[in-house]
This record gives sequence, structure tokens and C-alpha cells, in this order.
Amino acid sequence: MRYLPKSPDERRQMLAEIGAASIDTLFEVIPAEYRLSRDLDVPRQQAESEIVDYFRAAGDKNATGYASFLGAGAYRHYRPVIIDSLVQRGEFLTSYTPYQAEITQGTLQAIFEFQTMIAELTGMDVANASMYDGSTGAAEAVMMAVRVTGRHRAVVAATVHPEYREVMATYARHQGLPSTLVGYDRETGRIDMRALEQAVSDETAAVLVQSPNFFGVIEDIPAIAAIAHAKGALLIVSIAEAVSLGVVRPPVEADIVSMEAQSFGVALSYGGPFCGVIATKEQYVRQMPGRLVGQTVDGNGYRGFVLTLATREQHIRREKATSNICTNQALVALMATIFLTVYGKEGIRELAEHNLAKAAYAAQILAAQPGAKLLFTSAPRFHEFVLQTGEAPAAWSKRLLDEKIVGGLDLSRWYPELGNVTLSCATEMITRTQIDRAANVLAAAPVEA
Amino acid sequence: MATDATTRTTGKVRPHQTQNESLVFEKSSPGKRAYKLPPLDVPPVDLAELLGAARRDKTAELPELSEIEIIRHFTRLSTWNYAIDLGMYPLGSCTMKYNPRVNEAVARIEGLAEAHPYRPDSLAQGILEVIDLLQRCLIEITGMDAITLQPAAGAHGEFTGILLVRAWHESQGNARKKILIPDSAHGTNPATAAICGYQVENLKSNAEGGIDLEALTLQVNEETAALMLTNPSTIGVFESQIHKIADILHAKGALLYMDGANMNALVGKARPGDFGVDVMHLNLHKTFSTPHGGGGPGSGPVACKAFLETFLPTPVLVRKTPGAPGPGSETCESANSQLTWSYDRPHSVGRVRAFYGNTGMFIRALAYILANGPDGLRQTTEDAVLNANYIRHKLEDFYELPYKTGSMHEVVFSDKRQAALGVKTGDIAKRLIDYGFHPYTVSFPMIVHGALMIEPTESESLEELDLFIAAMRSIAKEVEDTPDLVKTAPHSTRVSRLDEVQAARKPILRWKPAQ
Repeated sequence: MRYLPKSPDERRQMLAEIGAASIDTLFEVIPAEYRLSRDLDVPRQQAESEIVDYFRAAGDKNATGYASFLGAGAYRHYRPVIIDSLVQRGEFLTSYTPYQAEITQGTLQAIFEFQTMIAELTGMDVANASMYDGSTGAAEAVMMAVRVTGRHRAVVAATVHPEYREVMATYARHQGLPSTLVGYDRETGRIDMRALEQAVSDETAAVLVQSPNFFGVIEDIPAIAAIAHAKGALLIVSIAEAVSLGVVRPPVEADIVSMEAQSFGVALSYGGPFCGVIATKEQYVRQMPGRLVGQTVDGNGYRGFVLTLATREQHIRREKATSNICTNQALVALMATIFLTVYGKEGIRELAEHNLAKAAYAAQILAAQPGAKLLFTSAPRFHEFVLQTGEAPAAWSKRLLDEKIVGGLDLSRWYPELGNVTLSCATEMITRTQIDRAANVLAAAPVEA
Repeated sequence: MATDATTRTTGKVRPHQTQNESLVFEKSSPGKRAYKLPPLDVPPVDLAELLGAARRDKTAELPELSEIEIIRHFTRLSTWNYAIDLGMYPLGSCTMKYNPRVNEAVARIEGLAEAHPYRPDSLAQGILEVIDLLQRCLIEITGMDAITLQPAAGAHGEFTGILLVRAWHESQGNARKKILIPDSAHGTNPATAAICGYQVENLKSNAEGGIDLEALTLQVNEETAALMLTNPSTIGVFESQIHKIADILHAKGALLYMDGANMNALVGKARPGDFGVDVMHLNLHKTFSTPHGGGGPGSGPVACKAFLETFLPTPVLVRKTPGAPGPGSETCESANSQLTWSYDRPHSVGRVRAFYGNTGMFIRALAYILANGPDGLRQTTEDAVLNANYIRHKLEDFYELPYKTGSMHEVVFSDKRQAALGVKTGDIAKRLIDYGFHPYTVSFPMIVHGALMIEPTESESLEELDLFIAAMRSIAKEVEDTPDLVKTAPHSTRVSRLDEVQAARKPILRWKPAQ
């Protein structure tokens, strides 16, 4: 009970003051048959040292010290130390949503800086204060496009992260929002442009693509935008790897960008909390979901910041709101803001270049091994690549684990038509030695399985 | 700044300096750096050759600063915030309790924080066991049968819960049309129902601020999918007729959804599963002490009764014994059993989020449960209720109490007496800032005109509570003697009241360099 700041005497004194015979008096409003008269069956109270031991053991059981080629929507980048120094300041960590602007200017200004950085990186006019993650952000972006266009169909690329597509399907199911899946070109790994052209109609609210896409391939955004816009549909670009924007042209032709900003200094943490964000053109801002911070002045003319355009939101508009989102990912957005400040204008480009170089080297050396072949070579990539192997991905992965390397992701779960393929990712965190070791393991595959 | 006005408060605070700080972009100068990458150990690449037309030609205008400037920038900003770590934060319904620091420490343990969501199960047993134990604890605490931790926040949990309701009705042959929502509910409830394709039907509260059983009986019919009920309600009152509410719904085939935002009033004292709730969400960032962080991240697990389990989002965590595949083997725990994710869920409502949820929050919530144990969890609930009742007792002579029903973890007053003198709840809230407190929740719930919604949580000492009570009493007196002082508050903050109308009329949502 080390978190409870009261002595037994104080409790007795307070009960006496309010005229309650015992604490049970205060719970008599609960019908007796529903009052729990036993202890909850949860572990006994533990000392802080026991708690630390328990979670350390869990961490050890998870295993550490492995090199990793995993990406696919969750990326391992170096996290500068000052991120955790700063976000653990109690004034950020233990503050609420900044509804009382006079005493939350710190959070508000930081969010305003976040919104600016995201707009700047994505080439959009405005960005919101964050969404839960990239998957729900993409689904919310599609619903936003429905509001903007008044149309009720979506066209989705098969190269969007499969789990993002699953989330979108869950959201769309009860909105009367059917969607058409558009396949990919087997040479480029990009969306099949001819199929896209056929799929988009006067009833299409939005075309949703991801770039770099799930295969790591950069989509031809201007060409896709032309097809969408020709039919009056909006283009939504989902970005799962935010670091790519250091070297990859921003999707300025998009109408809405939904980004997962986990790569900006957010720990992998087995998949969350991450940091979604939606950015868009100025004319669509009133249809945006989520919180927005705006600049204004106080009574003395000093610059200050407030949550604004709240009439879009559930606490004002209830069932007519643009979304039901309330809590978002504020502290994680702060991590991203600090990360982007640390790397800055030059750093984000240099970091992205290093990622590009590592992946180019890894793709080249792995593809050079017997039986291996790099797919989708005729379009530009960022730091992920799809490798076809003679042996099943699981067999290669198993031998890699013996070398303390976690291999890439077996794609057969979602793209069985591609055969033995692995999606691998090389960030600045992997060394040339580790890449070479993975190549050696691949080369050591039994000739005939 | 009117120092006079602040020195006349009860003495909890004294003004001190805060540093001015521009926007980070205004502090930038070309060539400053706060990073250094290790030398590239692979051949450098030619961007134009690799990327072609996809190459970024104009670098994003991000700020360029040194490390010390970044530390000062964000540290200075932080000092402009109020926080639980500074003092009482009595926001009703938001449950601003202490956020234990061991939670932060264990969430950052390398083997947990650096685990990739797609790493093989064999390298993830540690985190899966954490998730499994948390699930079992939350099932026990709520008295439900099954759970998903996937939803990212409370509203996302509501969405998931109502999808379960819908899927079950569909399995019965009719999805039904409407969701009943009391007028005292959080705004997320109706917004959620709408997203799930349901019409929202308003249910008027009775004279005690609770569910009107007669109205409910009249309104529930074969088109009602569920009632979304917050219990204790947003005025901090336990629905004493809860079993009758459940019976009325169930008799017509409708379900009872419980918004668990106020579960911190029940933990260890009563279990929703025992009083007829079919499905509910929890807010780990309220009841289970994970930090609010200025607006998130949260986590909104959804617990349900067994008949809804088959509809839970994919994937679900199962225990498998190697060498014995098949459904029967998934539940038995043995020495060499392994936890794994099951994707084979044909009746599932689908996925509501990529990966498995806000795992970092699961670690923190479990650390909190372990730190408390059954006795600590119960004492925590008792203290939260004791604190709210103490405040109620000490303030009811000064502020109007619209509902006299017994309070649980929060108490709602109205500004009726003060409004008669021209001072509104929002003004009193702003004046509280001068006294060194964060305001209570203003103008919510909507069933109370001019509401002052106060939730102290268990984290406040008697000393802090007494200071709060003294401040509220002093403000009540100021309303009579010097109402303008209250109406123009706060007087001691870095910025005075901000012009929200201007912010919304011509929105400036990002910084732009001066032309």
C-alpha cells in the first residue's frame, strides 16, 4: 500500500468527520449480493524489488542480444537517450489532455511543434495531434474521405500492410463501405496500375495505398493520384516507415497522409504503444478526426496554444462527431518530436541514407547466395526487400536463430502465391558483419531439402 | 500579473519564475547538430541512382539544434505544465492517480522494450506470460470470462465491445438497430455506437441521476442491441437497481455494455460480471495507473462473458502443448506448454489494431496490480471513495449538490449558487489554478447544469484534501465578495485566458517561417 498517503488514524478521522461508522457504510449503495466478500484472486502484494525481478526474468526469457531483420510495420532504430530523460519528466508524463490551456502550455506547444514537423515531412498543410497507430489511422482516413466526398466505396492496394487492411475492414464493415482490393505488379511490386484504373469509379471515395509499401517498394504516387483524382476520389497514402521521408519524395499529391511515426524514437515494445498521425490539405481540416492544437493569443497579447476545432470531436458532437477517438498517443508523439529535433534537417536525411545503404548491401549480398533471388527489382525501394529462397523461410530462420539472428518475415501467411519469400529489413542498427553472417547461413542451406 | 490576487489565496502556492522559450523552429540555425551516426560500414549509395524520381529533392525544414538546447527547450516547456507529480488533479471521470515509477522502469527493460511484434514465439514467451497474467488478473477483477487487450484506448475499447454485441446479435439472426445511451454518458459512447452502425437513442436519467427503470422498460424492444451504461455513473453514483436493469435488457434479448471508466470505484469491492454486465471495457490509464502523458497513450481492454468470447478480435492468446495439436490442447497448462497467438477465429469481429495492443501499457498495469495485491487494490478503492465523500461533506454547505444519492469515487456539484451572482463553473475552475490546483472537470456531465465534477482519487493525502477544500471554500467567498477576481482568473499563470474564438476562426495549426 506504498502508494496510499494515509495513516489508519487519518482514515478513522475522516470517517468520523463524514459521520460514517466504517468504510463499509460508504459501499452500502452497492446491493449486498453484489459486494465482494473475499479477496481477489490475484498475486499477493509484492515488494518493488520483486516486481523488478519478475519483469527482468520475463525480459530474459524473451531473449536479448539478437540481430534482427524484422520490419513489416515495426522498425528498430536507435533511440537517443534524451528522449527518455525528457518524456519521463513528471510534468509531461503525469499531465492530462491539455484542456486547461493556461497550465498545459508545455504539452500544447510540443504538440504544435509535432504537427508542424509532420506537415513539413509529409508535404501536407496540416497534421493532427496523433492517432492510436498507423493501422487505425488508415481506417480513420478512409472514413474521413467518405465524409469529404459523400461517396461510399474504397479501393485498397494489396500492398498495404495486411494487418492495416484487416483493421480497415473491421471499421468499414458496419459503415456500408465496400472496398475493392487491387493487386500488385509481379515485376515491380507496385500496385497494378491497370487494375487500379479499372477499380476506381465515380463512386470511389478514396484510394488507399502504402508507400514504401509492404514489400518495401516505393509507389508511383503522382501516377496513382492522377487516376484517383480523374474520378474525383481522394488519395490516401499510408506511411508505415516514417524515416523513409528523409530521402523519399513526400506524397504531395495525396489528399490525406496517414503515418505511423514509431520509427521516430519509439521503442518496439512488442507492437505498442506506437504513434499514428493524420495529415491533410487545409481544405479538409474540418473533417479530420482527432485533436488539433492551434496558435492564439492571451489577454495580454502573448502567444499561446489551445486545443481547437473541437466541434469535430465526440465530447461536443457526440454521435455526429468525426470519430469516437478521445485519448490519443500524446506522450509518444512527444518522443517523436524530440527524436526529430535531435536528428534535425540534416540528420533525418543522413539517417535515411544509412538505412538505404544497409538495405542495398543486404539485398545484394543475400540475393547473391545460391538459390536466392531478389523480387521486385524494377522499382525503387527503401530499406525492406523481398527475397525468394530455395528453402522454406522457416528453415533459413531456424538456422539464423542458432546464430543469434532473427530472420525476416515469412510472407506465405499473406502472399502464398509468391512461394518461399521473406520480407527483410535492414536499418542503421544492423552491422555489415551481421548481414554477412546471415548470408553465410543462407549459403549453407542443404542443396536438396 | 496580479501578484496581489495570488497572495490572497490560501498559501499553497507562491509565484516563481518560468523561462521563456520560443518554438523549436525559431531556435534553429544551420549547421548545429545533436546527433552523430557511426561510420557507414557498407558502401555508400547514390540516391539519384537508387531512387530516381522517388528521391526527395527538398529536405524537410526540421530544426537544427545542439543537445543542450534540446534539453533546455523541452525542460522549459515541461515547467509550464501542471501535473499529478505537482499536486492534486481532481478531474472527474479522468482518474488522475499517482503513476508509480517502477512501472516506467520495468516497461523499459531491454528484453521487453526491444521485442519486435513479429519475433518468433520462442523468443517472446516472457512478454506473452506478462500478457497472460494481466489477462487473468483483469478477468478476475471484472468477474468476466474472457478478454482482449488489443484496443488502444477507452473509446477504442467501446468500439470493440459494441462490435462484439453486434456480432452476437447477427449470429442470432438480427443485428438490431439501436443502442440506448443515458444522457449522463461520456461523448465517446454515442460516437462509438454511430461508428458501429447503430442509431443512438437517448435515455433520460431519473431524479437521482440514475437509470429510470420505467423509461428503460418502455424504450427497450426487439430493435435494442444494448444499453451502454457507465457504472458508477458519471455523477459518481452506483446504479443500485443494476440487476433489474440487466433483467429488463435480457428479457428483450438486449445486452448490457458497461463503460468501465469508473471501475476504480469497484475494484476489489464488486465485480461487473457478478451484476449482469455482458461486456465492458477498462481504461488501464485510469484504474490501473498507467500515465496519461498529456493525452495518451491509453489502453482499453474489453472483457466479456463466455457467450461473446468467440467474437473477440484476432489474434487471441492461447496456450499450446507441443506435439498435441487440436482445440483441446489449447487450454491445458503444462510444464512445456507455450503461449502463442491464435489466428484461427472464424467468428471474430476482426482486427481492431495492428499487432496486439499497447503492450507497454500492459507491463505498467501489471506492475501496478502486483504492487497492490488483493489487499492493496481493495484499500485503494476504499480510499478513493473515502476521499470523494470527505470532499462532498466538507463542500456541500458551499456548493449546490444536485443529487443527494451517496457518492462513490467522485462528487458532482453545480454552480447554481455562484451562477446567481454571475460566476460560472468555468470561472471557479480557472480560479482554482491560482490556488495551486488543477481544475475539476467543468460542465460535465450534461445532466447537471454548470457541473463541478470532482474526483480526488486515492492518491491524495488528508493534508492535500484539506488544502483543496480550503481553496474551494475561499473561492466560494470570493464569488460573493470580489466576483470579478474569479471571473478574470487565472491571475498567476504564464498566460492568461487564451482566445479560443480566434484560434478556431482562423486556425494556425503549424509554424511557418516569417516571409
